[in-house]
Amino acid sequence: MKKYMPFITLGFFLIFPMLGVSTYVMHIFILLLMWTTIGMSWNLLSGYCGQVSFGHAAFFGIGAYTSGILYSKLSMSPWLGLPLSVFTVGILSFIIGLAVLRLRGPFFALATLASGEVFRVTAENMEWLTSGTLGIMLQQRLWVSKLPYYYIILSITVAVFLLMKYLLSTKLGYYFVAIREDQDAAESLGINTTLYKTIALIVSAVVTGIAGAFYMNYMGYIDPHIVFALHDISIITIMIVMVGGVATQWGPFIGAVIMVLLQEVVRSIPGLGAMHQAIFGGLLIFIIIFLPNGIVGDFKKIKRFFGLRSA
Amino acid sequence: MVQLEVFLQTLVSGLLLGGLYALIGLGMTLIMGVMKIINLAHGELMMVAMYIAYWLFTLLGIDPYLAVFIASPALFILGVLIQKYLITPVIKVESILPENQVILTVGIGMVLASLATVFFKSDYRSTPVDYASVTWYLTDYWANSPIELSISLLWAVSFFFSIMITIAMWFFLSRTDIGKSIRATSQDSDAAILMGINVNRMRSLSFGLGAAIVAAAGCLFIPLYYLYPALGGQFTLIAFVITILGGLGSNVGAIIGGLVLGVFESMTSTYIGMGWAPVGRFSIFIAALIFLPGGIASLLHRRRFGK
Repeated sequence: MKKYMPFITLGFFLIFPMLGVSTYVMHIFILLLMWTTIGMSWNLLSGYCGQVSFGHAAFFGIGAYTSGILYSKLSMSPWLGLPLSVFTVGILSFIIGLAVLRLRGPFFALATLASGEVFRVTAENMEWLTSGTLGIMLQQRLWVSKLPYYYIILSITVAVFLLMKYLLSTKLGYYFVAIREDQDAAESLGINTTLYKTIALIVSAVVTGIAGAFYMNYMGYIDPHIVFALHDISIITIMIVMVGGVATQWGPFIGAVIMVLLQEVVRSIPGLGAMHQAIFGGLLIFIIIFLPNGIVGDFKKIKRFFGLRSA
Repeated sequence: MVQLEVFLQTLVSGLLLGGLYALIGLGMTLIMGVMKIINLAHGELMMVAMYIAYWLFTLLGIDPYLAVFIASPALFILGVLIQKYLITPVIKVESILPENQVILTVGIGMVLASLATVFFKSDYRSTPVDYASVTWYLTDYWANSPIELSISLLWAVSFFFSIMITIAMWFFLSRTDIGKSIRATSQDSDAAILMGINVNRMRSLSFGLGAAIVAAAGCLFIPLYYLYPALGGQFTLIAFVITILGGLGSNVGAIIGGLVLGVFESMTSTYIGMGWAPVGRFSIFIAALIFLPGGIASLLHRRRFGK
């Protein structure tokens, strides 16, 4: 059963739109897949390689703005942003990495957080390029139907899933885990930690950037406060993986399902909307204290709690 | 001459701002030194204190500067509770990522900020004290002065109080028994246990003290600034930049770091543009990481032991 899970899930996602669901459900599924992609990229850098990033909004935003600027300043198709963001995000994340990868643990986390904020403020102030806080809006989205967007993000998600699986089965994956467990020991075993941390950062950033470029094309509007948001992007990314399961293959997916659904539920109940940060914060505190490895990572603990299997 | 005037005025307001920043940084550096964790809810704790000061002023007419004596003890208790019931359990839990504690403080901050939004709405609030517009001009005291400088009474008072609290903290940490125990815990907690220090108690105490200090900073800030629930995040970042700039866990470093940051920020807003001040803040942060990884504390250290 476990062996066939990926195929069953993939099959479900492939035929799902043919069940004649409403556009709202399609929208939720598109968001779900997008967050799964971002979660997987964060999981590579932070879950497997141990470099906890609080600044994935920076990469998401750069990707989105690559797409947006192509459209607004160069009058080209914003879809070109998807391949192009690989280069812009790749180069910028390399530069960020030069500064922040010298740091360890919490200091790395905070330095990435700061870099996310730097990009937000820069995007707000460089009005000639980014139109500042006005943001960039697509006059017309390519498709009215959600279906093409759905299959595009589905193929991106599947590709990223396979990429992560491949990367972690190679030597690279073992290097990452070695760095997470003990950076000094890894270094003394001859692993070039700086190189591999940079690789993890760039791969992770590029994937997030592609998701950002997709977001621009799908939503049709971005401004610095949306795409460089600390709480709504960076922290949600962390929560998705923390809730789902750090350093697990399916963690980001499970986490994205829970978080996206929770977000929608909270939004749909009047009076609860203002509380959403408190609910997310409370959930985060709960997960960290009781299920520090997430739902997938601590699945045995959950089972034991419900008495399904005595320990 | 006008150029010089602008420069000096910027320098003065930068120093005044820096004095308050130093106080914010001091609380964080204390927690970081003893607990070895970064408290990302620091700004939110300050926000809570500012709301206490605001309501005391609005409902009871208590001056924000006097509110220090109520808000600080309140936040001390809140800090001890957070440490005891949230952070200590997490330190014991086995997990893949050691940064869990940092992420936990993010969660605490989110809850605090969101509850403030729910209870107090996102309105901007301020405490209009009646002496707010009093300003001293240099020409009033020295009629022939070639340049004109002004200092607002509020800023001066806040700066003065912040310096007093900093000195009191320094005295507490270096001269009293409890202060020495806290410093011993931050230097080497295992050795501190062997010396008979109740390390857990010291940790709670220092988290509470850090919260109390930032609460004092909040009370000093509120007459000068306005208050809204999301205000915490930016001050958390400021506190963190100061701690990195000053050197981790160094009190003198935090004070100098706060002053440097205040001056730097006010220079960027004068000469580059208001909106760029946060970028200036982070560029100084990244520059500190690259060129001075040990912070200002390492410079002081080098001079002391260099000979």
